[in-house]
Amino acid sequence: MTTTTNADVLLSVRDLKVHFPTMDGIVKATDGLSFDLAKGTTLGIVGESGSGKSVSSSAILGLHRGTNAIVSGEILLDGEDLLQLNDEQMRRRRGQDVAMIFQDPLSAMHPYYTVGNQIGEAYLVHNDVSKKAARTRSIEMLDRVGIPQPDRRVDDYPHQFSGGMRQRAMIAMALMNDPGLLIADEPTTALDVTVQAQILDLLQDLQREFNSAIIIITHDLGVVAEMADDVLVMYAGRAVEYGPCKEILTHPEMPYTWGLLSSVPDVQGDTDARLIPIPGSPPSLLSPPKGCAFHPRCVHRDKVPGDLCFTELPDLTPARSGGSHVKRCHLPNPDEVYRVEVLPEIAPDLVEETP
Amino acid sequence: MFAYIVRRTISGLVLLVVMTLVTMMLFFSGPLHPERHACGKICSPAQIAVTKKAFGYDKPVLVQWGQFMQGIVKGRNFPEDKKLEKDHPELVVHCTAPCLGYSKYFTQNVTTLIKTSFPISLSLAIVAFILWITGGVLFGVIAALRKGTIIDRGIVGISLIFYAFPTFFIGLFLYKFVSIKWQLVPTPEYIPFSQNPWSWLTGLILPALTLALFFMAGYVRMTRAFVLESMSEDYIRTAKAKGLPARRILTKHTMRAAFTPLVTMAGLDLAGLLGGAIITETVFNFNGLGGLAVAAATNNDLPILVGLVIVLASFVILANIIVDVLYAVIDPRVRVG
Repeated sequence: MTTTTNADVLLSVRDLKVHFPTMDGIVKATDGLSFDLAKGTTLGIVGESGSGKSVSSSAILGLHRGTNAIVSGEILLDGEDLLQLNDEQMRRRRGQDVAMIFQDPLSAMHPYYTVGNQIGEAYLVHNDVSKKAARTRSIEMLDRVGIPQPDRRVDDYPHQFSGGMRQRAMIAMALMNDPGLLIADEPTTALDVTVQAQILDLLQDLQREFNSAIIIITHDLGVVAEMADDVLVMYAGRAVEYGPCKEILTHPEMPYTWGLLSSVPDVQGDTDARLIPIPGSPPSLLSPPKGCAFHPRCVHRDKVPGDLCFTELPDLTPARSGGSHVKRCHLPNPDEVYRVEVLPEIAPDLVEETP
Repeated sequence: MFAYIVRRTISGLVLLVVMTLVTMMLFFSGPLHPERHACGKICSPAQIAVTKKAFGYDKPVLVQWGQFMQGIVKGRNFPEDKKLEKDHPELVVHCTAPCLGYSKYFTQNVTTLIKTSFPISLSLAIVAFILWITGGVLFGVIAALRKGTIIDRGIVGISLIFYAFPTFFIGLFLYKFVSIKWQLVPTPEYIPFSQNPWSWLTGLILPALTLALFFMAGYVRMTRAFVLESMSEDYIRTAKAKGLPARRILTKHTMRAAFTPLVTMAGLDLAGLLGGAIITETVFNFNGLGGLAVAAATNNDLPILVGLVIVLASFVILANIIVDVLYAVIDPRVRVG
């Protein structure tokens, strides 16, 4: 299952389940998720809204504690199972060993406190230092993430920052304690395209400098292509395809991944090329479809013999391309289907190059 | 900021002046005959006419209003009659500036009447305010933190009961049981603070509690709602992700955001209450501004009514300015540049 053969695995998630009991039944937001992440590498988690991406990463940080969510499985960080820690032990690790940045930096920062106050707080809570030291550290980090005149801007309020600067400040806040793992939950979704690229560059720079592992959650395959070493595609709370980024982007073997790839615009591509949306909408996590959760939207389900797609949930099995690439699909010949049917439609210019 | 306050104060004063005119016009547009009340029960039409003239009620409203405004600035005499003043100076009442008029019913200057009644209403309002803010915020926060439990339901339910029962019922209930039957506090009466602070407090604790219980219900529910809303904000998740202890998240991040809207409401409610609490004052026989207003309304005593309008309106206007300025202090986003 693992794609990281590397010995220095930082994070290892095994069979993670996050279930929310509701009046209507149990919502299985994440249902049996497993992945590994080595130090200094990046994992991209991709999927539509409601596929369980954010819920899974919040579970790593233990943000579901104190709610009615039922979290099970194993989350091993440096060999220690975070789910076995008590609340106080988990609190000490938050912000210290695992940090998180969020989608909308404006709502993620408290409107009534200065940026410096909020960033410094992350340092103060984990280190026995004076407020002055925390302030110095805040200025240093603001400078590091590229905020001009950090000694002055440190006393500004979030609303006085631009969107990109706010996200930089959030990154500064997350990296205050040099955490081994940084979870970025759609860090560029709320930003302008030009600013997006800057933020992604910044994250990569900082990753090299601090050697942090990054989980980047996104629905943008462009972000994944730029940032990720490994990719995990999620659908209806489960991994449907998982493997090295290059493999997934060039030889995807799951119709849902094909759908995601088809819906990415190609700037250099043919202007006549059309974006092909995935038909239908994400399934209800309360009562997901029987069999493969994707079958109601899958245009290739007829190629599977019998009614397997409707009755049997496919296992994660090694992909035809080999290596550590795994997929969850009943199609007997996904590589052929992709090459013959999907690729000509989404990237006609690539067809000739592919053997 | 200073310019802003000055601007607001000036517009507030203009508003006050307009309000006095509107009050007078409203008063005289109704089928009221203040001169009959002022004259007494057995009055001949001639006597009524004399009374009307003596009070100036025979003049057009605008003229009366002009005299009223003049009285505020430099004082005036009642009746405004140079000849009478010369022949019978003992019959003329002088009302020094700021003169809000002369009440024939109380045979006193309105300014004096308000000055006597105001401390009573002020004391009541302050003690009630402290009680309801402390109780409302405390129980509201507890209810929010224990959302959905029996504690939450109990707090919300009980506060609803106090909200639903009429004030006079709660007031009489407290009076009858706490004061008379169980004798936990002395009979409610107003004793000036300067005379004996302890008696001042014990004397008005029941009426203040009556008022507080009513207001508290709203504040419990609103505090609960604001705290819950704030707890679901993204910045609270950020604070959690930073590894802050739960207590610190509550006191620093949640409360700060939740209490801001309460400031507005608390300021305005307090200002309204400073103008007198009619029912509570009546139940406990406190002669505050509320009692004065009732007496003025039942006796068609225009000067008192106009005087009370001015006082009450100034409190509300002042409270508005204070709340707006406070807001700028609390919320950096609304700071005026």
